[in-house]
Amino acid sequence: MKTDTARLGPPLDLDETGAPSPRLRKERRIRSRLRSVVLIGALVVLVIPFAVPTIWMIASSFKPLNEIFASPPTLFAANPTIDAYREAFAFQPFAQQYFNSLYIAIAVTVVTMVVSSLAGYAFARIPFPFKNVLFLVVLMGLLVPSEVTIIPLFQMFKTMGLINTHLPLLLVPAFGAPAVLGTFIMRQFFISLPVELEEAARLDGLGRVAIWWRICMPLAKSALSAVAILTFLGSWNMYLEPTVYLTSPDLFTLPQALTRFTDAYGGEMWDTQLAAATMTVVPVLIVFLIAQRQFVEGLAHSGLKG
Amino acid sequence: MPTTRTTSFWTTKRRDVLAGYLFIAPQLAGIVAFVLLPVGLSIWFSLNKWNIFTGDLAFVGGENYLRAVNDPQLPSVLLATAVFSGGVVILNLAAGLGLAVLLNRKITGGALFRTLFFSPVVISVVAWTLVWGFLLQDNGAINNLLALVGIDGPNWLQQGPTAMAAVIVTQVIRSVGVNMILFLSALQGVPRELYEAARVDGATPAAVFFRITLPLISPTLLLTAIITIVGSLQAFAQVAVLTEGGPDLSTTVLVYYLYQQAFEFNDIGYGSTLALMLLSFVLVLTIVQWQLRRKWVFYED
Repeated sequence: MKTDTARLGPPLDLDETGAPSPRLRKERRIRSRLRSVVLIGALVVLVIPFAVPTIWMIASSFKPLNEIFASPPTLFAANPTIDAYREAFAFQPFAQQYFNSLYIAIAVTVVTMVVSSLAGYAFARIPFPFKNVLFLVVLMGLLVPSEVTIIPLFQMFKTMGLINTHLPLLLVPAFGAPAVLGTFIMRQFFISLPVELEEAARLDGLGRVAIWWRICMPLAKSALSAVAILTFLGSWNMYLEPTVYLTSPDLFTLPQALTRFTDAYGGEMWDTQLAAATMTVVPVLIVFLIAQRQFVEGLAHSGLKG
Repeated sequence: MPTTRTTSFWTTKRRDVLAGYLFIAPQLAGIVAFVLLPVGLSIWFSLNKWNIFTGDLAFVGGENYLRAVNDPQLPSVLLATAVFSGGVVILNLAAGLGLAVLLNRKITGGALFRTLFFSPVVISVVAWTLVWGFLLQDNGAINNLLALVGIDGPNWLQQGPTAMAAVIVTQVIRSVGVNMILFLSALQGVPRELYEAARVDGATPAAVFFRITLPLISPTLLLTAIITIVGSLQAFAQVAVLTEGGPDLSTTVLVYYLYQQAFEFNDIGYGSTLALMLLSFVLVLTIVQWQLRRKWVFYED
């Protein structure tokens, strides 16, 4: 692309009087149109590895097994079937697993929103001793990867008899390291909020809880939706933690369940996995397409940490 | 809601202090219980040997660290980690910046392309990796496509170099959307007058890119580079689903190796030692970022 634009660089197409002639102006317009056609063509090629795997996954989930590995490859099923979907529910308690993922993600999201907005508000607005030190302590949560703490956390929950329960998957994300990004986002937001809004309420004798809940939270919808999207996706897509903590298929979450569709000989049940993966991905994808702007802004926040 | 009553002891200031501590209490308790205490325990575990059968700890001092130094597998694990993280960061930044530059031009359908490039970010890592695993099978769609043009594709996931390339590419395509968005907003922050001035001076597009655009977005470039490396150090699901560290050790990165030691071989002591090694890599990178950021603060508004 770059060499292409380089050739079309500075304007040299001036006529004797120094102004672009009509002929040259027309030529330039054609060139610029040609350039955007080339650009769009390049983007269409580049987008293939980003979009086609997802489309292929959805399309192939309706294929009988022999079509999935057909040569030459096909995109759409010649003989569509929903056998793989039936098998997904028959082979594992997939409905239960779906419910597990959903309720864990929702619970974690709601609790994180409360925990982060409370802490974020206090760090942004309320003066109290050791505030900066405590904020640094909380920020440590952003530095320590969950892969580092998983070993001691497993031992701690084991001592408490909480292995093979959902509690570790609920408590750690909602209060621990994953919530810190939320606290950080909320603090940044509340700092940017004009303090005058609260001063009037304080003069009226409103307490901090009332100010936080009735004045600040209603204004924080954009920041809260960023926190909610990040947290929900983080929980929904979590893989290492359930793999470590859970052993009964009834308790599995979706990503973990996806990897367990193997037959008695350890062979992978390709079509069933594709159907289960499609059911895992498509609802999130639909919400993403509807609320794109919030998703893109929210997930760009995840780049702001550090 | 009752209004606040101030008494002689509960002055507004004291009430604020109490409210402040109560507001941060849940988050602070979570950090202490689920981050600081576990890190402390990791250090303790790394100094102990774990008896799988009795579950007892026995203090062994630096034995686990000595073992790490002499572990014949660790050099290959660290090499795989370096190749993976290096590959991911280079490819991710190049692709992220390239896509951002292309999408920064006003074209029809730009928003649609942005959505499509970003879409893998919201897809579950496991589902995404699973699908790529299917496509990369010896008789999978990619090799079937290559066969159409007469190329006999390799068995991607069964050979060291191609397996590593597959893990890197799968990870980059899934995650580059975030960097693309960050670069896009950085590009839009470059003042237009600079471009116009450069054009008046007759600068070539390449010169404009390397002399104006790149220096001005360098803070974003640095930030995304570090975040991308740190993220790649945590890529567990990608490796676990696509290659399980194989063939042999070729894609066993540090995070996967520590998982194996701790949860497959139940070696808590050695696993903790490796976890602390991972933590120290992340800390060093974060400190580097802070230092460089201070240097480059001039560019940031």
